[in-house]
Amino acid sequence: MPGAGTCDGLARVAERSFKAEVQALRLGEGEEFRGEGILAVTKALLQSGVSYVGGYQGAPISHLMDVLADAQDILDDLGVHFESSASEAAAAAMLAASVNYPLRGAVAWKSTVGTNVASDALANLASGGVVGGALIVVGEDYGEGSSIMQERTHAFAMKSQIWLLDPRPNLSSIVKAVEHGFALSEASSTPVMLEMRVRACHVYGRFTASDNRKPAFTIRDAMTAPTRDTNRIVLPPASFLHEHEKIRDRWPAAVAYIREHKLNEVFADGTRDIGIILQGGMYNQVIRALQRLGLSNAFGDVSVPLYVMNVTYPLIPEELVAFCAGKRAVLMVEEGQPEFLEQALATILRRADVQTKLHGKDMLPMAGEYTAAVMLQGVSAFFAAYDTGVAQPVIAAPPAVPEVHGRPPSFCTGCPERPIFTAMKLVERELGPHHVSCDIGCHLFSILPPFNLGNTTMGYGLGWAGASALNDTNSDKRTISFMGDGGFWHNGLTSGVGNAVFNKSDNVLVIVDNGYSAATGGQDILSSLALNSSRSTRNPIAAAVRGVGVKWVRTIERTYSVGKMRDLLREALTTKTRGPKVIVASSECQLNRQRRVKPLMRNAIAQGKRVVRERFGIDADTCTGDHSCIRLSGCPSLSVAPNPDKLRRDPIAKVDNSCVGCGVCGEVSHAAILCPSFYRAELISNPNGWDRFRDRISKRVIGYLQRRMAHA
Amino acid sequence: MPEGLSANLEVRAISIAILAMGGEGGGVLADWLVAMAEANGYWAQSTSVPGVAQRTGATIYYVEMFPPGREPVLAMMPVPGEVDVVIASELMEAARAVQRGLVTPDRTTMIASSHRVYSMTERTAMGDGRLNSEPMMDACRNAAKHLVIADMRALAESHGSVLSASLFGGLAGAAALPFPRAQFEAAITSGGVGVKASLAAFSAGFDAALGAPAVVVQAISPEAAEIIAEGERRLRDYQDDAYAQSYRAMLQPLQGTGELLAETARYLALWMSFEDPIRVAQLKIRPERFERVAAEVHRTPDQIMRIKEFMHPRLQEIAETLPAPLGRAILSVPVLRNLVGYFTKTGRIVETTSISGFLLLYAVASMRRLRRSTMRFAAEHEAIAAWLGRIVTLSKTDPALALEVAQLQRLVKGYSDTHTRGRGNFDRIIAIVPSLETRADGPKLLARLRDAALVDEHGRALSALMAQEGLPVSP
Repeated sequence: MPGAGTCDGLARVAERSFKAEVQALRLGEGEEFRGEGILAVTKALLQSGVSYVGGYQGAPISHLMDVLADAQDILDDLGVHFESSASEAAAAAMLAASVNYPLRGAVAWKSTVGTNVASDALANLASGGVVGGALIVVGEDYGEGSSIMQERTHAFAMKSQIWLLDPRPNLSSIVKAVEHGFALSEASSTPVMLEMRVRACHVYGRFTASDNRKPAFTIRDAMTAPTRDTNRIVLPPASFLHEHEKIRDRWPAAVAYIREHKLNEVFADGTRDIGIILQGGMYNQVIRALQRLGLSNAFGDVSVPLYVMNVTYPLIPEELVAFCAGKRAVLMVEEGQPEFLEQALATILRRADVQTKLHGKDMLPMAGEYTAAVMLQGVSAFFAAYDTGVAQPVIAAPPAVPEVHGRPPSFCTGCPERPIFTAMKLVERELGPHHVSCDIGCHLFSILPPFNLGNTTMGYGLGWAGASALNDTNSDKRTISFMGDGGFWHNGLTSGVGNAVFNKSDNVLVIVDNGYSAATGGQDILSSLALNSSRSTRNPIAAAVRGVGVKWVRTIERTYSVGKMRDLLREALTTKTRGPKVIVASSECQLNRQRRVKPLMRNAIAQGKRVVRERFGIDADTCTGDHSCIRLSGCPSLSVAPNPDKLRRDPIAKVDNSCVGCGVCGEVSHAAILCPSFYRAELISNPNGWDRFRDRISKRVIGYLQRRMAHA
Repeated sequence: MPEGLSANLEVRAISIAILAMGGEGGGVLADWLVAMAEANGYWAQSTSVPGVAQRTGATIYYVEMFPPGREPVLAMMPVPGEVDVVIASELMEAARAVQRGLVTPDRTTMIASSHRVYSMTERTAMGDGRLNSEPMMDACRNAAKHLVIADMRALAESHGSVLSASLFGGLAGAAALPFPRAQFEAAITSGGVGVKASLAAFSAGFDAALGAPAVVVQAISPEAAEIIAEGERRLRDYQDDAYAQSYRAMLQPLQGTGELLAETARYLALWMSFEDPIRVAQLKIRPERFERVAAEVHRTPDQIMRIKEFMHPRLQEIAETLPAPLGRAILSVPVLRNLVGYFTKTGRIVETTSISGFLLLYAVASMRRLRRSTMRFAAEHEAIAAWLGRIVTLSKTDPALALEVAQLQRLVKGYSDTHTRGRGNFDRIIAIVPSLETRADGPKLLARLRDAALVDEHGRALSALMAQEGLPVSP
């Protein structure tokens, strides 16, 4: 196996290690915690006496899952049950434990995609209500760097009546929000969501820790003495009762708790006859804009009244009316759309007959992230309209810069998924274009240059379902769908494979099996090859596929064999055999592989063991600078360099030092009959006797012939 | 107004934006900055949106620090016009920071590496898609209050370290933060990974910040005589003295035409040294090449190196490289065709450092003496003669067009399909040269056609341009 050296026989280790972060979870009363926002949330869960935690990995909350997975001994001490849930739906359903028992539970996922998946369970949970505190930590992947559709979690909170916390993005406020979140949930029998924006998840800061709390009522207590209440189950007539309960009992209870504990904050009221109402998450950026206008100092001492909504659902009419009354105008700073908060605020003011002018999406944009520049412009516009005493900032337009290309994400160096799409390109040369249905995962980068393959993506695990309508058995061409191993186990086995079997699909599915849930940070899944002491792994995908009734199943254990991959794809697309066709293409994620293999290799060399390291290169002499090889691969290690040839002008292709020796470029030059410029250099550390003997003899013969050549 | 507000309005956080690509150590830099600030009692906050940017995309890490005392409210993202320090890991990322308004002349110290990591668009071009670095450099020079720009990657690599270390050194050298050099070094040391190499690279970056700005050396186009000498040297190496002499003779009619002579000499030499399997074998087995590979892959003296070549000659190429009668037989006699075809179905991996592999290539390289009798040689020289004849004729009537015709040879390159495609485009364009002779924009149009041929692999852009210009479109 290319790049494997002699280390492949060594046992695989599980995932990544988060030992340093785990230490932070042990901090006690009065000690200072330093670290990222999402780690602070994790610590706050333990401080709140949580009994069970679940979730599904995904940026920006993967860290919460990863750290807890490494903190088994702490969890054991505290009696906390932790699961890596199969999906967000599975995680949400886990919260059912808080319906009958006074158990605090928390789940986490990436939103809105995860909330979409979870919404069936969430709606059931919110309908019946909870006894123990139920907290849902959502990583709101919105704005710069986001990889998903731009929507708001806010809508889910409203439709199912789940309270939504949006704390100021500093660690103390975030930790407080977690602790109050559980209490609010219990006080109002309602699940609570904690909205964490991407930057807040990754923000490095500090807070003063408290001791972790062991829950008084344990999971074993619940299992030993189960209780039930049919009124908590969503079935008529209880389901009708629930809706009334939500409005009659739970809502007022929540409002009372929020008011009593002053979860929302008011700053500098009375300093001016205009004010700003904002989501807690927007606070730091609003302060920075006010600083620019001379209305705040670096510590947040402002000279304009602020009402900070650390709870964005439900709203507290009494507080809002009190804040707005007597003011000429307020600005509602609300990121995302529709403008739920502004609409609700308008209704509250209208009902109370408060005549304060309401601004928001007329001064700030309706759509898009509220970046620093956008925020400054919006806040400035508000003061320009109402307080000419505030000097308007001069915002210079950025200078024109001639040409800057975007850098879309792409497959990493040595990625085993790249050759699958290279093979697709080669098959397309023979058979023409096919409809390609994509899924969620790194493999979705196929839609970007240089591959430009893929027509749609309908969500995680839905790659094959996304092509299900295109199933005319008289068509000359089949469709190809892609799905990662992550998506497969999330729901693709049923919604994709089962669906295709049942509906007699004649099309092709390629399952990209890289051994991890790679796009979310390399977590183990059912089919991972790693031996994981706390999870069951090594359950083969092919067996599951056959188990639901697929007859035509092919597996390829080394995706880097571009020629084999191409032949397999061609066979699947042209075989006379009817019925669904599944190719399981397996090779380990290179990011994880390098993390695993590099230290092993270093150790082996240090111990004097024979280790072969492989690296690819291109002969500058024979490269003519056409770059076909790059167009068929796009590997980050394969770049261009000035042509050392005095006569040639076009830059040559060059393999840089980051090459991990996966071998795809060599395979491509074979399969696509490109050029003879690629070579593989094998470096043998600690060579054995045979290596040395062979080397000596070859060198002697070759040296003689080379000297002869020189005189020819 | 609350007490203390007006008095403190001027106190503000130090803001630092780091623009880097995945795997370039932007996160490490942010960690060092935070560690250094905290070690000095400062408040520090860092944020980022790594997301999918980790997969080769570009991302911004943002750090704010604030002097000891009361806890400040720190921003989550850089505010255009309010950034004190921008660190860019690469030149295009530096230009991107300027484009985003993060670099302003009143305030921003910029530390940038001048090397390029080419974008996908630049890399996948069929010719030379690289952007000119100069305008990007200028944008940085004009936008920054103080600019430190040097090849920080090369500095780091020369000390066996990574980019983040030399950039951190550049920042220390620029004296933009209220911390002395020792504090920067302490931050690296406390990180605990690869400390020694990092400190060396840091030091190199520090010196770069103090040194004079790097002077960009402009490439000067070599004189015709120099190119002809280089061409002769190459053809002597490629074939023999006689071949090199014939090259000089072929250029004779263009003596005194200046640039036209130089360019024709360049492309004639390239064409006459067309890359057939004999040439490839010759280049692959040289001792200099073994040494170059060893250097490229960083072989250490105690390691044994093996070099394996990825070769996939096609039936056509093999036939064309044999003496013409034999070559024609292979192409026309089914038994022979199938036999050779069988061996060329899949690619071969040949180990040039093994005796058998070396002997194989040595044998192929030895066929050099038979080259003049091959089908390929005859075909190439027929095309060369036609192309050169046209240049010579045009040199008298339309030298500008002649120059473009000479440069058209750039399209003919590569192997197998690539070569066939390039040669096809060349033929299509050369066929319409007569219709360009009457047009005032002839030379310009020919250059555009050449560029269009390099836009896509299917010749779509070329066809479109030909149709648009009303040129006869050959199949």
